[in-house]
Amino acid sequence: MDTTYLGMELRSPLVASAGPLSQTVDGVRELADTGMGAVVLYSLFEEQVLAQAERDTLLEELNSESFPEATSYFPDIVDPEATSPAQAYLSLVERAAAAIDVPLIASLNASGTGSWVGFARQLADAGASALELNIYFVPGDVTLPGTDVEARHLEIVAAVKQAVDIPVAVKLSPFFSSVGNFALQLVEAGADGLVLFNRFLQPSVDTEQLSVVPGVSLSSPADAKVPRTWIATLRNRTSVSLAATSGVETADDVAAYLLAGADVVMTTSSLVRHGAGYARRLIDGLDDWMLRKEFGSVADFRGLLAVPADTDPTASARAGYVSALERAKSTYGSLRG
Amino acid sequence: MSRIIMDGNEAAASAAYRLNELCSIYPITPSSTMAELSDEWSAKGRRNVYGTVPSVIEMQSEGGAAGALHGALQGGALSTTFTASQGLLLMIPNMYKIAGELTSTVLHVAARSLAAQGLSIYGDHQDVMAVRQTGFAMISSSSVQEAHDTAAIAQLATLRSRVPFVHFFDGFRTSHEENSVELLSDEQLAAFVPKELVRAHRRRALSPEHPYIRGTAQNPDTYFQGREASNPYYNEVPAIVATAMEEFAAISGRSYSLVEYHGDPEADRVVVIMGSGAQTVRSTVSYLNEHGQKVGVVQLRLYRPLPTEQILAAIPATARVVAVLDRTKEPGSGGEPLFLDVAAAIGEASAAGRRQKLPLLVGGRYGLSSKEFTPAMVVGIFDELALPSPRPRFTIGINDDVTMLSLPYDPTLDLEDPATLRAVFYGLGSDGTVGANKNSVKIIGAIENTYAQGYYVYDSKKSGSRTVSHLRFGPNPIEAPYLVSQAGFIGCHQWSILERADVLEFARPGTVLLINTPYEPDQVFAHLPVPMQRKIIDLGIELWAIDANLVARKAGMGRRTNTVLQTCFFAISKVLPREEAIEEVKRTIRKTYGRKGADVVAKNEAAVDASVENLHRIEVPTAPVGAKEMIPPVPAKAPDFVRDVTASMLLGTGDSLPVSALPVDGTYPSGTTKYEKRNISDIIAEWDPDACIQCGNCAFVCPHAVLRAKYYSDSALDGAPESFQSAPLNAAGFPGSRYTLQVYAEDCTGCGLCVEACPVKPLGSGGSRKAINLAPVLERSKQIQNVSFFESIPVNRRSRIDFANVRGAQFLEPLFEFSGACSGCGETPYLKLLTQLFGGRATVANATGCSSIYGGNLPTTPWSSNKYGRGPAWSNSLFEDNAEFGLGLRLAADLHTATARQRLEELRDELGDETVDAILNAPQQYESELSQQRARVDALKALLDTMSGPGVEDLRSVADHLLRRSVWIVGGDGWAYDIGSAGVDHVLASGRNVNILVLDTEVYSNTGGQASKSTPLGAVAKFAAGGKVTTKKDMALQATAYGNVYVARVAMGADPQQTLKAFREAEAYDGPSLILAYSHCIAHGIDMRKGLDQQYAAVASGHWPLMRYNPVLRAAGKNPFLLDSPRPRMPLRDYHVKELRFRMLMNSDPEAAEQLLTLGQEQVNRRWAEYEEMATRGAERFAEVAGG
Repeated sequence: MDTTYLGMELRSPLVASAGPLSQTVDGVRELADTGMGAVVLYSLFEEQVLAQAERDTLLEELNSESFPEATSYFPDIVDPEATSPAQAYLSLVERAAAAIDVPLIASLNASGTGSWVGFARQLADAGASALELNIYFVPGDVTLPGTDVEARHLEIVAAVKQAVDIPVAVKLSPFFSSVGNFALQLVEAGADGLVLFNRFLQPSVDTEQLSVVPGVSLSSPADAKVPRTWIATLRNRTSVSLAATSGVETADDVAAYLLAGADVVMTTSSLVRHGAGYARRLIDGLDDWMLRKEFGSVADFRGLLAVPADTDPTASARAGYVSALERAKSTYGSLRG
Repeated sequence: MSRIIMDGNEAAASAAYRLNELCSIYPITPSSTMAELSDEWSAKGRRNVYGTVPSVIEMQSEGGAAGALHGALQGGALSTTFTASQGLLLMIPNMYKIAGELTSTVLHVAARSLAAQGLSIYGDHQDVMAVRQTGFAMISSSSVQEAHDTAAIAQLATLRSRVPFVHFFDGFRTSHEENSVELLSDEQLAAFVPKELVRAHRRRALSPEHPYIRGTAQNPDTYFQGREASNPYYNEVPAIVATAMEEFAAISGRSYSLVEYHGDPEADRVVVIMGSGAQTVRSTVSYLNEHGQKVGVVQLRLYRPLPTEQILAAIPATARVVAVLDRTKEPGSGGEPLFLDVAAAIGEASAAGRRQKLPLLVGGRYGLSSKEFTPAMVVGIFDELALPSPRPRFTIGINDDVTMLSLPYDPTLDLEDPATLRAVFYGLGSDGTVGANKNSVKIIGAIENTYAQGYYVYDSKKSGSRTVSHLRFGPNPIEAPYLVSQAGFIGCHQWSILERADVLEFARPGTVLLINTPYEPDQVFAHLPVPMQRKIIDLGIELWAIDANLVARKAGMGRRTNTVLQTCFFAISKVLPREEAIEEVKRTIRKTYGRKGADVVAKNEAAVDASVENLHRIEVPTAPVGAKEMIPPVPAKAPDFVRDVTASMLLGTGDSLPVSALPVDGTYPSGTTKYEKRNISDIIAEWDPDACIQCGNCAFVCPHAVLRAKYYSDSALDGAPESFQSAPLNAAGFPGSRYTLQVYAEDCTGCGLCVEACPVKPLGSGGSRKAINLAPVLERSKQIQNVSFFESIPVNRRSRIDFANVRGAQFLEPLFEFSGACSGCGETPYLKLLTQLFGGRATVANATGCSSIYGGNLPTTPWSSNKYGRGPAWSNSLFEDNAEFGLGLRLAADLHTATARQRLEELRDELGDETVDAILNAPQQYESELSQQRARVDALKALLDTMSGPGVEDLRSVADHLLRRSVWIVGGDGWAYDIGSAGVDHVLASGRNVNILVLDTEVYSNTGGQASKSTPLGAVAKFAAGGKVTTKKDMALQATAYGNVYVARVAMGADPQQTLKAFREAEAYDGPSLILAYSHCIAHGIDMRKGLDQQYAAVASGHWPLMRYNPVLRAAGKNPFLLDSPRPRMPLRDYHVKELRFRMLMNSDPEAAEQLLTLGQEQVNRRWAEYEEMATRGAERFAEVAGG
């Protein structure tokens, strides 16, 4: 079951992705105890941390210096010079890393380049084995050209790589006009691995309350198709680590990703649904499948179904598209009605 | 040695903490900061000079703190405590013990007034004078620097002499004054207090290795001698202190002596004084000496043991008259204590021939409750002393027109160093003015050869409070412990203040005046009140203006104008070169906001630049423009007392009220907040009659009683102002009736709780609007008319209201209104409800705390009365005795009821069976029964008025007690869980019919957020800086153990109906009742507008399960334990993360936070299981109520 991810030897290709289960040391320990290869911590959102720090300062000052008996309402316990606003997260990294015997990967989501570098350093210093950059621009700004978005990504990756010694993976969204090419540009910029893909949290509409509801939904197996396709496409185009994420519900989903060429397969949704212990079932299921298929190791079948390096990419993709259309026609009737 | 800016509390604590191993503490103003700092330092692992981290333990009261101190001392630990006022009084029994056992310790006291006709948090020597007989040595500091130095000197002296010390300095004036202090290093302190003395202290400790007994009971044969046995130790104290002072001078370069004389060596008039006033007299004496007057001052530092010889030696033989000034009052005494001490010393010496001339001896009182004591007053005193026969007793600083004791003086006299820049700033608590000024003092005080002083005056409101900052900067050390007068710079940071108060009170010719104004530069002057314009012209004031609110808003700083106005001060005050000053401001910004990210820093820096650009010098015309007058503090129709006395206090001119204006016994009229239209918020509630479903939720939760509902017949709208709002009454059985929810626009604080409580979301409003909303308001004349019309509509008759539900309760008149509590206060809605339900027949005993302050801090009180003149009678006794005090009120009421019933019976023949029986047999549980009884009692009183005879008179005097009186005992958790816990327990156990309402904020709110036994696990509070590690006490469960106590735990924001039910059941229950009311609080670190959401979360997470325990049910054979909230449906974490008190620990010590949260969740689960089990038990498993 061994695999290599970001240069680290992992005991299993199953990895816990950034999610709510890794908010405490106990949670991280529970995930690691299932036999998973590594744990990615929930994401540190820079804006959230800074906004919270600013709000907290306001709350602390609220009604201070107003009344002679109470010129303040809280003890001064934070040393402003020494403390990072992300103290809680850093402490979790430090304690969780010490509590488990598999690599702990910190996940970072920042805004300005300077912040990325600063936080990346702090996370590395806190003891993270690797870093996952969760570069997530909500494409609400219609004035921002795609080229700028890409340039921004590359700039961040290069800057962070320069600042830290630990391996750096990039978790990106699939919404680039040429996502495969862009993935390779990220590798060029220094990424040690790619995590495919981020899912946008798209809001829904409550028609009763006439309001917009923030969308936090768990992924389902259908969500695996896009990342799997791209992993299969990229596998033989780059030597960096590829991590698959989204849509892992069964051991078959894990196997499918590995067959497409993923070095590791990440899941959170299935664990949120069934509990952390479910990871054990996924690992055992993969084990059974490997036995059944007579694979001795992950390496034996990793990338078996990847797009071969010598395939004409355009032809392959075009062929896949055409054949998919043909199949769809036979399933649903003519698309042209 | 490093010179830094700090206040007296920090200066004293800095030395005390580093020279001790244990601090046993309890919060009390103005000393709390010393304890808070010690706790913070300990939590941060700061070591003392002996290399260990001192332990800090909070006790349940000062009595407890003194007990723990005594024990720790007997155990050999170097121990201290910090206190003041009532706290020091509670320590007295232990102080006798500690002194009797010759135990070394120093108690640091920020000396404060005592509660007499009223309490006062401010400074004088009443508290320390009340312990002068305990056997403690007493040493006084007169400045911030001295508070630091004397703390060390006293520590050495107590260890050498074995006599314990009280080290005191003036509350507020010294404890809260910021000044430049040379701080002693750890090395200096360690060298100054030799370790050998510490070891000797340890050797005297109790130990089973070499046991003995201490604290024996003694008999007539030996007690007396034993008391005398320690005399030699006291005899040595003056010499030991003198030596310690010499040694101190050697290490620090600052010399002190027990008694210091300053002035003409051949003075004919001498003043004796101690405390901060000594500085004032010294500087005045210097001035008078320069002007040829032969005057002098004797400053006492050591007061006990009285250094008689040194005092005699200090008073020049030439003195014709000696005036001894006491900052205390002992009614009925021959003189105040220092005066008597000095008089006895001089008299004795003269009689014994050791002194040639016996001077005239006079005693004066000054400075009670931080009353100003200025050089002008000192001159007034010396002028009096120059008279052939000065008054033997006098007061200074007030106008005593009753006993004519006060001396006249010329208040305009200014003796200050012209090199000192004096500045005064007017602001509101919420605008950050004081914070910015503290920052300015730090900036300037850090510059070489520059000294700075800051002193801040706050008013007594918790919301919309006015602050006045008094700052001094100069090249010489600043020794001026009195407010600034004749300021070179005045900043008025709020336009609303200058419309109401004279902000040029302290102006002089050429003062630079900065105004924050909403008007354009060319419009500013014309909008100023004419009296102010005139003063500006007459004094040639240099006028500057800025729209700081606009600049701040544009810079993305919201409503925080402090950075903008601070920059303006630096730009025009010339206190520093302009560019240098602005760079300093920016440097501070980077330091303060650096860790919050570049954006925040950039925003603030941009605000600094924009400030300079938008600051305008205003041209002053030669004559006033327009006719704008000052806004009067109270309306002309207010009662005489309010217009004459209250208004003066509101204006800030209360100092000028003569003695005759004030009540002799501390009795003040009720219902005065209604005259004080504060207009503190520029966003207020706005009712949408079309969307409103008239549910009453908003009025129920309104903390300030500014939402009033009435229903009335259509015809009542005749003559209504056009803008008056109404809607058809939404209730069956009232055809043609209208409904109005009136917003009292001038009293609304804009807290928004009403909006949060409103269940209506009108369609098409996008979900953001409700049936009541907050809206900006500039001009309120229409609303004022509407309120006036609304008040002309009769209050709905109680008998016509169904107040078993929230919808009905809105029509009950609140008799607790417009309090100065924090905007959005979580406590006041409960008090308002109490008055709505029972106010007309309630007596309220109020423990000291927030509720006694917004309830009873002058100038005004929210406790009010109805049109019949009836309303809650309110009193505050102390912090610790409130339950007992309330029980006393109950006992008196019961006695009078019994007397009334007896007299009624005795007068049966005259009054007739029908009248007597109807009254004696009337049930008085429900409102309808009570109103019938009230009618009977009224009829009886009318009848009695036509009769005569001793029995008649007697019955008439107690007849009111034939109506059941509702006794309420109200206070916070600091009282109920801690200091008053034993009393609460005893009163609950008494079986008497009292209602205890605990406004549970889970923290000492009034003194600034110290932990109580109600503070939940994992919350950060002062005195629990490392997070509270013990679970909150379950008082409800404890109380249910009695079986005959009605208990309810309520949270209005989670279930208002349950709250209402609990209040009514508790009151109706003929026995003791306890209501624990969840009260959200600013000390929780929440957006107060979300207070109700947090109440809901507290309940939904299982932190605050709603329950009732009703002994009446048990008596009926039913299970009395009712669990009123559903099973927890939210993890505790989700409740915690929304409050800063929990988040702070998550940031500062995430590991501990996680652990405590896990424990907390387990505790919630366990308690829920226990409650559930109790709620499903058979009745037989609960104690049966005697007589039930």
